Amino acid sequence: MCLLPLAANAGDVSSVPLTSTPGDPARGQDIVRDTGRASCLICHAISAMPDRDQGTLGPSLDAIATRYTEAELRQRIVDARTLAPDTIMPPYYSNEGLVRIGSRWAQSTIYSAQDVEDVVAFLMTLGD
Amino acid sequence: MQRLVLVLALLFPAAALSEPISGYQFMEPSTRQLQDDDFLNPAFFLVERGRQLWDGAWPGAPEGAASCQSCHGAPESSMRGVSARYPALDPATGKLVNLELKIQSEIARKLSAEPPQYESADLLALTALIAFQSRGMPLDVPTGEKVAGWLAQGEEIYTTRRGQLNLSCQNCHGEHWGQKLRGDTISQGHSNAFPIFRLIWDEVGSLHRMFSWCMEAVRAEPYEYGSEEYLALELYLADRGRGLTIESPGVRR
Ligand code: HEC
Ligand code: HEC
Repeated sequence: MCLLPLAANAGDVSSVPLTSTPGDPARGQDIVRDTGRASCLICHAISAMPDRDQGTLGPSLDAIATRYTEAELRQRIVDARTLAPDTIMPPYYSNEGLVRIGSRWAQSTIYSAQDVEDVVAFLMTLGD
Repeated sequence: MQRLVLVLALLFPAAALSEPISGYQFMEPSTRQLQDDDFLNPAFFLVERGRQLWDGAWPGAPEGAASCQSCHGAPESSMRGVSARYPALDPATGKLVNLELKIQSEIARKLSAEPPQYESADLLALTALIAFQSRGMPLDVPTGEKVAGWLAQGEEIYTTRRGQLNLSCQNCHGEHWGQKLRGDTISQGHSNAFPIFRLIWDEVGSLHRMFSWCMEAVRAEPYEYGSEEYLALELYLADRGRGLTIESPGVRR
């Protein structure tokens, strides 16, 4: 697996898509709700989605595309620590500086590059 | 954050804000009812099994060997308040032991038998039996210089962010209790009801199993059951939960 453009330069990569395949919003929506993948609905709510038991640890993601650009959303998902060092939001595309990652997970990041792109594409559909 | 504290104060009026709140208060009424009624409580069969082990000859022990009962008599009197004081320093070794480790060493040394493994049904049963004898009593673990090192180690583990999700115990149970993590309402993460029957496990588990569960939830490498790390964490939690009373055996979602 290629994990080259990681956290160290996350600030640089965020305005450029991580892959050449455009993000797929439908797949992004499936990822966002997938409890097995430590995904966004654990902590955030999106009222347009019918899923039960949405989280409340983070702010609602309703109309999130009206508040952030695609690049800003990408950067948050890749590694929100680059914006807020104390954030509790997990870094989805960086294992940098993490402590005692379980061996089952240590070989990859939470999301692949394409997962990030798909989730960003889905979030960009959350307008007014 | 301030608004959150206010909302929680309204939700949990019984407890002043600085006082710890039991996980029980975060459970659905139907789950509380299971804990409240010894006949419905699905952990209770372990207390009964523990009583049989307590009274009888230990399986595999030499002919005529002692039983828990032959040394201690009825657990209702001799074990009252014991689990409230654990984990405690073992005077012989100077090390911290919890109830599970103490039971294991009693079986090895006094009954000359092979002790049951951590998390086995037999060890959970004796732990549940003994913890049950302290029901309603306040947590009362040792304090002072002798345990200061252990408490510091426990706090360090508690506040260290770990795993691929990069979260500490403190992030969830100290800073975000009362909030929803998908289907769960995060409690303050107290230890006063263990061993617990956990509905999502569909069985009874120890406190150290819960530690490992939370660590795996953040994709961190857990420590061994009975390890120094978990003992330190156990002492720290009991200290943090001072003011709570023992509910064992508890029932949780
Ligand atoms: C463990 C909890 C947690 C998870 C999981 C999580 N987040 Fe967050 N997120 C937060 C918190 C808390 C904040 C607000 C504070 C901050 O910025 O750190 C936040 C902030 C955000 C914001 C900015 C919102 C605003 O109104 O300013 C976006 C966008 C976001 N998250 C998207 C996501 C996406 C997409 C995912 C999944 C890929 C995700 N989050 C997963 C906790 C989480
Ligand atoms: C990602 C959030 C999260 C983190 C981090 C976390 N936990 Fe938990 N913990 C939970 C959830 C969810 C539950 C089940 C609901 C509840 O009882 O709080 C739980 C339950 C518990 C319980 C049982 C509480 C009871 O009333 O029976 C204990 C004890 C506990 N956690 C301790 C810890 C410790 C120690 C750590 C750090 C090693 C930790 N937790 C880290 C989410 C977390």
